[in-house]
Amino acid sequence: MPDLGAYAVEVLSAYAVSLSLIVGIVLLTALRGRRVKRQLEEMERRRG
Amino acid sequence: MSLWTYANPAKFMAFTRPVLPVLWGLAAAALGVGLIWGFFFTPDDFRQGSTVKIFYIHVPSAMMAINAWAMMLVASLIWLIRRHHVSALAARAAAPVGVTFTLIALFTGAIWGQPMWGTWWEWDPRLTSFLILFLFYLGYIALWQAVDDPDTAADLTSVLCLVGSVFAILSRYAVNFWNQGLHQGASLSLDAEENVADVFWYPTLVTIAGFVLLFVALVIARTRTEIRARRIHALRLRERLA
Repeated sequence: MPDLGAYAVEVLSAYAVSLSLIVGIVLLTALRGRRVKRQLEEMERRRG
Repeated sequence: MSLWTYANPAKFMAFTRPVLPVLWGLAAAALGVGLIWGFFFTPDDFRQGSTVKIFYIHVPSAMMAINAWAMMLVASLIWLIRRHHVSALAARAAAPVGVTFTLIALFTGAIWGQPMWGTWWEWDPRLTSFLILFLFYLGYIALWQAVDDPDTAADLTSVLCLVGSVFAILSRYAVNFWNQGLHQGASLSLDAEENVADVFWYPTLVTIAGFVLLFVALVIARTRTEIRARRIHALRLRERLA
């Protein structure tokens, strides 16, 4: 871990919030993608 | 083969299916390498101390916040002129990604501004135009949600995108238009004289590549979902009419 000196809180919180937002949008994208894909497969199976 | 081939949803789905895992992998690798390099293996700046490490997130996210809107603008124009559904859906898919990057840029800017400028926020031309861009993103997303008919929603959001482009351009060039405010000019330039030192520049380039790849991967993945959601919508309409 590098020595962040007096600005450790600022630097670490900038990284923590940014990475959380990035992980959040990736997860939301993947989860919705999976849900919609399943829904469509279900509908198409029902239609035959 | 023409670029317009991929405006066909089936062709787009077939083409992007094998491409997407490669893009995810490249995005993760570039982001991982760039951020680890910047955070662990670069020195502090002689004036800004360790806060310079925020640079590796702030600059790429701000760049992508504007570029995402530019991509939405191109896709919206294609929709308005050629009526290709995939382009309208790609614009819709890009908005939540763009708003995320804008939020990251605003947050990291505020948190960097406090120790460097002595304030979290200033009604400076660049900061203000960026905040307005953020509000345009929210309005754009809300408008897509508010209109039931997909084609009408695409028309209205495309017009909103054209209007919002003024603020996307302003947020990029505000510092040049009004030579006032706290925010400095462009951090990165192709002119070596004006650029940041190499020790900060190289990891930033890798991180920018990571953000670009992540954006492309997210937009493609979300466009695929929007295409499927539109198909579900069409099937439900057909069931209701039957």
